[in-house]
Amino acid sequence: MPDAPSAQWSDPASVARAAQSVRQEVQERLTRLELPFNALGLDPFGISRRHLEYFFSFLGFFYRHYFRVKTFGAQHVPASGRAMLVGNHSGGIAVDGGMVIASAFLELDPPRLAQGMAEKFIARMPFAGEWTSRVGQFTGLPEQAVRLLEDDRLLMVFPEGARGTAKLYRERYSMVDFGTGFMRLALQTGSPIIPMGVLGGGAAVPTVTNLYRVGKLLGVPYLPVTPYLIPFPLPVSVEVHYGEPLRFEGTGDEEDHVVEGYVEVVKQRIDELIQRRRQERWGPKRSAQ
Amino acid sequence: MKILIAGISGAIARQLAVRLVAEGHQVTGLDTRPWTDAPKQITVHRVDLRKRAAADVFRRWRPDAVVHMATVSALAQVSDAERSRINLGGTRALFEHCLGHGVQQVVFVGRHTFYGASPDSALYHTEAEPPVELASYPELADLVAADLYASTALWRWPTLRTAVLRVCYTLGRGGQGTLATFLSRRRTPTILGFDPLFQFLEEEDVVEALWLTVKARLHGVFNVAGPQPLPLSLVIKETGRVRLPLPGALLRRVVGRAGLPTLAPGALNHLKYPVVVDASPFQEATGFKHRHDELAVLHAYRDSHPVRG
Repeated sequence: MPDAPSAQWSDPASVARAAQSVRQEVQERLTRLELPFNALGLDPFGISRRHLEYFFSFLGFFYRHYFRVKTFGAQHVPASGRAMLVGNHSGGIAVDGGMVIASAFLELDPPRLAQGMAEKFIARMPFAGEWTSRVGQFTGLPEQAVRLLEDDRLLMVFPEGARGTAKLYRERYSMVDFGTGFMRLALQTGSPIIPMGVLGGGAAVPTVTNLYRVGKLLGVPYLPVTPYLIPFPLPVSVEVHYGEPLRFEGTGDEEDHVVEGYVEVVKQRIDELIQRRRQERWGPKRSAQ
Repeated sequence: MKILIAGISGAIARQLAVRLVAEGHQVTGLDTRPWTDAPKQITVHRVDLRKRAAADVFRRWRPDAVVHMATVSALAQVSDAERSRINLGGTRALFEHCLGHGVQQVVFVGRHTFYGASPDSALYHTEAEPPVELASYPELADLVAADLYASTALWRWPTLRTAVLRVCYTLGRGGQGTLATFLSRRRTPTILGFDPLFQFLEEEDVVEALWLTVKARLHGVFNVAGPQPLPLSLVIKETGRVRLPLPGALLRRVVGRAGLPTLAPGALNHLKYPVVVDASPFQEATGFKHRHDELAVLHAYRDSHPVRG
């Protein structure tokens, strides 16, 4: 949206105008979102059009004016039908997840709702649990994932899970173990995998250390600590790179070594997306850090 | 066909009895509660399922099919021990009478709350899933046990056609049932910060589903539901009630007082997390399609049961 007003942070009126413009865009796109809403604007999973409007207006403002997200390769995400967006995770509070959801809604035509697989603790939290379920971000359970894919939804998966967001700043471009669960789901449901590389999530919330005991008291897996203490994201630039869809044939019941081989292919593709972009941006020297 | 309904004086059971008569069947019923204006073709025996007199009805009348609706929920005004005896003892007695007196088909009408409300279960439970969170809802335990006992009939007496139904909430003109009772007053309490999905069927659609179960001689465990679920907040709003969100710890103390409906302590989880079932196997097996969509059900209830209190 090149003609959208950009927010001048020193001028509250321009921030309000920017927010209003995002809201109008969200409203327009919501009319083209292909979910089976009933007369009250709810789909069979309880996803609510009204909640989505607030959710996307909020994410969209951060997407356009705070992180100024750039999305590359949007044409690789299928316009309809089941698919899994699989990417790297970083940055303490899953800024990357939020920006991928915004990207799928704001950059695809028609817009799509990327449905993440939320951590279990969220459903127990008042308000958080209510909001995540109204906007289609359900607890990450295999049965739930299969049902959504069989309903031809767009699933967003970060195979690293909470271990991914727990990465420290210096580890932000590395990837921890992927597991094989997502690949078995893809094989079982015949879903293509769209690898994605997300850059900037780790810099947005530069985690110095994670407090696991304090987190336990608060009912979350850990509490990320930044140089400025709180895990509020910095306005760094974030990029989402979608790669060409990968299709794997199988039933999901293959031997571990076979599935692990497929997972390695996906992980490699994600790493290529990240490293290629780091080379372009910083040249070979800095990107080798 | 001769069809016996246990628990015939309940709102849904009465409508089912009338429907079965209209379909050309002979109907008789058992209940300890009266049904004073029952149609003359329908004989109601005021007996307890667990007593000798109930066995006599089976022996003399020899029904072909039995629909078991004589279970009670945690809202019934009986002690925990008595509720357990009714639900579990009654279900056992019913199957023994059926086996002893040549019954060919049994329909056990259970509840979808069997699956429990839990933060870490997926939406849309299937029949393959076991009950969860029994420990947190002890008032439901005897109904779950009755359901599981009825399910054992599937392998213990394979020639007896047995359908174990797990039916979602019902709402309608009768104004009976867990959800209707919960919505009976103006102020309906919810738990602050939670808005679970609720799944419900219009009474007429439940009656249709039960009739189709009998007609199809269904054998197996089936979830029964129709329209898509809705958040509790919308259920309250569209039935003309007022939502009163309270912190969970406070709600636990005030239910049943100050004009608020009674709730079993264990039911509080059902106000936090959804219980939603996948009923597609039932729809495929019987061809059932609901006639009343979710909004029509709520508005019909609002119009037939204006707020009081």
